[in-house]
Amino acid sequence: MYKIIEKNTIAENEYSMKVIAPRIAKKRRAGQFIILIPSQGDERIPLTIVDSSPDEGWIEIIFQVIGATTFKLSLKNVGDEIYSLVGPLGRPTHIENWGTVVSVGGGVGIAPLLPITAAMKKAGNRIITILGARTKELLILEDRMAKYSDRVIIMTDDGSYGEKGLVTDAIKKLINEGEKLDMVLAVGPAIMMKFVSLLTKEYNIPTLVSLNTIMVDGTGMCGSCRVTVGKETKFVCVDGPEFDGHLVDWDNMLKRQTVYREQEKIAYEKVLSQYGKKN
Amino acid sequence: MSKENIQKIIDEINIERKEEWRADLRRSMKAKARGEIDRVHMIEREPDVRNKIFEEVNLGYTEEMAILEAKRCLDCPSPTCVMGCPVAVKIPSFIKLVEEGKFLDAAKKIKETNSLPAVCGRVCPQEEQCEGNCIYIKMGKPPIAIGHLERFVADYERKMNAAEIVKPKEKKGKKVAIIGSGPAGLAAAGDLAKMGYDVTIFEALHEPGGVLIYGIPEFRLPKEIVRHEIENLKKMGVEIITDFVVGRTATIDELREEGYEAFFIGAGAGLPWMLNIPGENLNGVYSANEYLTRVNLMKAYKFPEYETPIARGKRVAVIGAGNTAMDAVRTSKRLGAEHSMILYRRTRKEMPARIEEIKHAEEEGIEFIYLTQPIEFVGDENGWLKGIKCIKMELGEPDDSGRRRPIPIEGTEHIIEADVAIVALGTKPNPLIPDTTEGLKIKRRGEIEVDDSLQTSIPGVFAGGDVMRGGATVILAMGDGRDAAIAIDKYLSEKK
Repeated sequence: MYKIIEKNTIAENEYSMKVIAPRIAKKRRAGQFIILIPSQGDERIPLTIVDSSPDEGWIEIIFQVIGATTFKLSLKNVGDEIYSLVGPLGRPTHIENWGTVVSVGGGVGIAPLLPITAAMKKAGNRIITILGARTKELLILEDRMAKYSDRVIIMTDDGSYGEKGLVTDAIKKLINEGEKLDMVLAVGPAIMMKFVSLLTKEYNIPTLVSLNTIMVDGTGMCGSCRVTVGKETKFVCVDGPEFDGHLVDWDNMLKRQTVYREQEKIAYEKVLSQYGKKN
Repeated sequence: MSKENIQKIIDEINIERKEEWRADLRRSMKAKARGEIDRVHMIEREPDVRNKIFEEVNLGYTEEMAILEAKRCLDCPSPTCVMGCPVAVKIPSFIKLVEEGKFLDAAKKIKETNSLPAVCGRVCPQEEQCEGNCIYIKMGKPPIAIGHLERFVADYERKMNAAEIVKPKEKKGKKVAIIGSGPAGLAAAGDLAKMGYDVTIFEALHEPGGVLIYGIPEFRLPKEIVRHEIENLKKMGVEIITDFVVGRTATIDELREEGYEAFFIGAGAGLPWMLNIPGENLNGVYSANEYLTRVNLMKAYKFPEYETPIARGKRVAVIGAGNTAMDAVRTSKRLGAEHSMILYRRTRKEMPARIEEIKHAEEEGIEFIYLTQPIEFVGDENGWLKGIKCIKMELGEPDDSGRRRPIPIEGTEHIIEADVAIVALGTKPNPLIPDTTEGLKIKRRGEIEVDDSLQTSIPGVFAGGDVMRGGATVILAMGDGRDAAIAIDKYLSEKK
C-alpha cells in the first residue's frame, strides 16, 4: 500500500498527488512511469512520474479524470492509500546536449513533459517551451515549466490566454523567426503529437514523443500497448514510452486508443452512478 | 529435476514399498482383479452448461471413486510412472495410502516432493509424464488416473484445512531472493524455507502466482487454490513483495548490496511471440497473454462489475494449438462468442495441448480448422479486425521437432471472418533482467544460460522455468525450482 501525503487540484478535474514509494523515488529517471491500481479490483493504469524526492521517499503523479479509474483515484485524499503502484517502468529518456530544444506540451501531457524538460535543461540545453490548452483554466504547470525554460510560449484554442492557435502554429512561427531548432520534444494528445511530428519532419528536426497507450502489466508481457514504429511493432511499456515521432504510425495509434471506448463509457457511468454523480 | 536428485527419491520409494502394510495390501487383491477395474472417470460439468460460466469444469472424485481407482494400481516394483514425473512424486506410495483411505497421509507423501499438488493434478500433461509411463499402457489398458488422484488428495487436504506447515528446525540466517512468484519461484521458495533460509519473493504484478494467476483460467484452475497454496508458503515464513520489477525497481546487484546472498530467477517467459504479418496491430487482435491477463488477473469477464474491459467478439479465432490456445478459445466461448475457432497449421495429431483440454474444447463447441495458416489480418475503416486472410497447408517431411512440416499450398488464399483474433504461439523470456544484470549470459532466443546445477554465468545467481527453457510447463518449472533450491543450499553451505 502506498500512502498519499499531498493532493492538489491543479485545474478542473486535474490533480497532482505525492505518494510514498521510496524505491521508485530513488530509482526513477526522467521519462519513466508507474502503473497503479487505486483500490483492490480496480483497473491498472499508467501514469508518468512527474517529480520525486529520493530523500523524502515520495513520487509525484498528475492525472486528469477521464474515466472510471481516474475518477476513483481522484476520490482518494491525503492519508489514504493506493492499493498497488509499480515502477519505475519504461526506458528513461536519452538526455544529451542538443543545443536548442523545443518542449511542446498539450493538455495533461505537460505533466510527463516536465521531468524530461528539467533533465534536458540540466544537460545544458537552451529550452523553448510551448504549452497548449483548450482554454486558460485548463493550462497546467506553467510556472514549473518556466523554471526550466529560457522562453515560454502559451497557446490556447480560444485565445483566452497567450496566443490563439495550436502548438504547431507556434513551432512554425519559431522556424519563420529563424530560430535554429535542434530537437523537439512533444507530449500531449496523440493528435497533437502527430501534427507536431508531421511539421518537424518537413524541417528535418529530430522529434521525440512520449506515448501514453493502453497498458495492462507494463512489463512487456501483454502487448496491449503495441504501436507500429517504422513498420515494426514496438511495445510502449518496454521499448518506449519515447519514440522517434517521425516513425510512429499515428493513424494506427489513434485507432488503437479507441478500442475500448464503449466499455470505458459504460464503466465510467457505472462508477459515477455508484457515487451519485452524472457525467 | 536432475537424474541424480530423482534417483535419491526412487531409492526412498523402494524402501517404502517394502513396508509390511504395503506388502499386505498388495496381497489383499490379485493383480488380475485390480486390472479388471475400469478407470474411474472424474465428474465433469455438462459441456452446454460449463461453456457459459467460469466455474471449474472438472468436479473431482468422491472418496469412494478415489479408493476404487487406487485399487487399480499394481504397486510395481520399479515404478516407471515416477521416472516420468519431473519432480518425482512418490506415486505408488501415495496411491496405496489412498487405497487405505489415509488421504491426509497421502497428501503428505506427495508434498515430500511436490509443493503444489492441487495445481499439478489439474494442469500437468499426465499423458506425457506419469500416466504415459504407466505399466497399464503396455498392457493395452488405460493408465492409472494419477492426475485425478493427486488432485483428489490435495483437495481433500485443503478442504480439511489439514495442510501441515513445515517449519525449519533451525534458521540459517541467510537471505535468498526469488524473482517471480510463478511455479518455479514458488517451488524454490518452499524448499528453501524448509531448509531454514530467509526467503523473499519479488513479484512484478500486484498478485502473486505468475502464470497460475494471470494465465490459466478459473475454469481449469480456480484461483482460490493458488491463493491457498501461497498463504501456506507465507505461513512457512516466505515473504512476498508484490509490485516489484527486478531490473527496474531494483537490480540484482542492488539487492545483493541489501544482503541477499543467492538469487533464483524464475521470471517466466513473459514476452508473447507474434506472427509478424500485416494488420497485427488492428483493434481486436490480441496476444493470448493480454487476452488471458485481462480475463484472469483483471477479471474482465465480470465487466462492468470489474472495470477492466475486453473485446467480446462474435467470431473469435485463436491461432495456435497449445494449452494456452485452448484456454483462450474456451474463454472466448464463455465470453459469449457465437463461433470460437482454433486455426492450426498442422493437424489434430500434432497439437501440443493436453488431450483433456482438446477433448473439453471439442465438447464445448469449439471449431477446429486444421492445415490453415494466417497470412494477414484484414481490418475495416475504423481499424477493427473483420477477417483473417489464410492459406491452406499440407504436411511435408518431419522437421527438427519431429512433427511433419506444414507447407503452404499456392492459390488457396481465403478469408476467415473474425472480429477478434488471439495469437497463442508461445512466449519468450523477458529481456529486462539480462539487460539490467551485468555479466548474465543469455542464449539466442533470450533464454538465460545455466550449467547443470542451474547456476547462471554469475556465481550465486540461479535460473529455472520458462526464463531458462523458453516456454514449457508448470511442472518442469517446479522441478527446476526444486533443483535450484538444492543447488543454492549447496552454494551457500560451501560459500565462506
